Amino acid sequence: MPQLEPADVLIIGSGASGAAVAWSLAETKMRILCLEQGDWQNPANYPSTGRDWEARQFSDMATSPNRRQLWSDYPVNDDNSPIKVLNFNAVGGSTILYAAHYPRLHPSDFRVKSLDGVADDWPVDYAVLEPFFAENDRMTGVSGMAGDTAYPPQKAAPMDPLPMGRSGRMLGEAMNRLGWHWWPSDCAVTTREYEGRAPCINLGHCIAGCAQGAKASTDITYWPAAIRAGVELRTRARVREITVDPATGMVNGAIYFDKDGVAQFQPAHVVVMAANGVGTPRLLLNSKSETFPNGLANGNDQVGRNLMFHPYASIWGYFHGETDGNRGPPLSLWSHEFYETDPSRGFLRGYSWQFGRGVGAILEAQQSMGNGRLPWGAEHHRVYRKLFNHRMTIAAICEDLPEPHNRVTLDPVLKDAHGIPAPKIDYTISENSNRMLDHAIARATECLREAGAWDVGVERPILNGGWHLLGTSRMGEDPARSVVNGWGRAHEVKNLFIVDGSIFTTSGGVNPTSTIQALALYIADQMKQRLATLFD
Amino acid sequence: MSGTMANPAPTWGDPTLTDAEKAALAALCARMIPASAEFNVPGADDPLIQADIASSISRDATSVHNSLALLDRLAGGDFAALPEARQDEVCETLRAEGGVDLMLTTRIVLQCYYRDDRVMISLGMEPRAPFPKGHDLPQGDWALLDPVRKLGKIWRET
Repeated sequence: MPQLEPADVLIIGSGASGAAVAWSLAETKMRILCLEQGDWQNPANYPSTGRDWEARQFSDMATSPNRRQLWSDYPVNDDNSPIKVLNFNAVGGSTILYAAHYPRLHPSDFRVKSLDGVADDWPVDYAVLEPFFAENDRMTGVSGMAGDTAYPPQKAAPMDPLPMGRSGRMLGEAMNRLGWHWWPSDCAVTTREYEGRAPCINLGHCIAGCAQGAKASTDITYWPAAIRAGVELRTRARVREITVDPATGMVNGAIYFDKDGVAQFQPAHVVVMAANGVGTPRLLLNSKSETFPNGLANGNDQVGRNLMFHPYASIWGYFHGETDGNRGPPLSLWSHEFYETDPSRGFLRGYSWQFGRGVGAILEAQQSMGNGRLPWGAEHHRVYRKLFNHRMTIAAICEDLPEPHNRVTLDPVLKDAHGIPAPKIDYTISENSNRMLDHAIARATECLREAGAWDVGVERPILNGGWHLLGTSRMGEDPARSVVNGWGRAHEVKNLFIVDGSIFTTSGGVNPTSTIQALALYIADQMKQRLATLFD
Repeated sequence: MSGTMANPAPTWGDPTLTDAEKAALAALCARMIPASAEFNVPGADDPLIQADIASSISRDATSVHNSLALLDRLAGGDFAALPEARQDEVCETLRAEGGVDLMLTTRIVLQCYYRDDRVMISLGMEPRAPFPKGHDLPQGDWALLDPVRKLGKIWRET
């Protein structure tokens, strides 16, 4: 096997966290290389440029890799989970295929044990991360509105919020009558010209890539800056394993399959894992050696455990008045009314809501026929016209507490196209989460009825709702119960770092991308501050 | 050491429909979404929509074949040749027994039907891609947040 020129820092994965850490470390002038199994995306080919824009969310731009089956994907055995794994494999990772809803974790999320006596406190807190949240907001280009009463007062987005729309007004008025919190979301979507990106023009299909370039995926935010600063990004490079020097017990590089399917050894002095909460444990578990017979950094059997998804419920209502449908970014309002723990509710921790403007014509037909609202036969057209563009949705994102039996392991049979063992998911929804879902559905139904809904539907949990892959290489001070320390370095391997969602100690109850990226910037900053003693 | 190029063979089967399958599918679509003079829309058995369906099967080929085979089994032969009333009875059974295969077959029918120009125009939609024109949305009046501001902070001190 040929040996390539060594990298000072080798980053595995170019998504939300890999891009952020690459950009931050670039100022060190070290030789930084990122390996990405996918390739660059061409926004001119994104679904919203074509008439088949809705259908493509069920084919080549499906959120499930098992459905998509592109050359860049690896299969996931999630049969033993009520929530299926979603991801995207390309430069930008799953930021290509996310809704760009961009809340931060709350201060209380980092002190779960101290405040509520469950799970563990994080070894970092909101105040430590606050400057990195702000830096990430600037790099990403976030729209929103200052003054949200659900957060400490210093949070302020660089751009004005997305339009309220008809749906937002209807929901906002109902929330006001109920006396409940709501606010324009922080969204990673531009509302004006920003760093060469055009403002949002309401294409309405943010999730499957933004042809306008208004949605912040890291291929158009961090990566251009990182590459200009000297970082190398090598695409179509699928990593098989991280290698270890048996003499030192330190990692010394990675073996990957290049674009021609040829195995290559890439030496490196430091390895940074940024392959998400399923991809990272999969790679660590596939990296067995004499030093680490159970997988890299897994002497304590913690790698892959404590998988957290965020159990979602979708609650939607139909209204006599017309809603926004798909004619704008689907998410731009949130409520954190039920976020902080209130023991009288019968569960610990809480959830947030994201308000959905509506859905497109095809999705409305498919979902409504699937749940029996939309009939076959002569009545089809009349009923459909009562449903289409008359829907609004509340999605409840419930905090998922860490449980060791929820985990990622290696499937004994399933492999990817290169013969690398695929991840296997074993996951159940806890009783606390189920009580939280009950509460969220009841309150959301109340809200939708208050807004005038004449019919309400529920999906619980959202089957294809495994957007957030968290906790499988968690951060902690105790080497027996966690994989990385308070600044992202593996307890067992002093030149191995993890920066993706797998290091979350707890999940919070919001979309995690903003916090993942703030953590990645924080860890990069710690690495820079400790360069002289990084391996001590 | 060398690996294999990551171009996995499609696992979703042959998307080609036989003439008999095409006839059964068209008859099924006509029962699912019939034409409507009231709304000035074609049925899902319209030739243009059927052609779109036939070219869109790809990942769901196996499910479509399975659904159509079940349909003929339930019909006791050629579903397309049955009287409409009998077809409706068979469709009721199909909907009860069709499972995931029928769900995926139905999804293809709906995705092709609801992107047809005539259907979109009937629904008041412009038959175009979202990009580059986009859509207009009312900005709204953020003074609607004043009651929320008055409620005060809800985040928890640590």
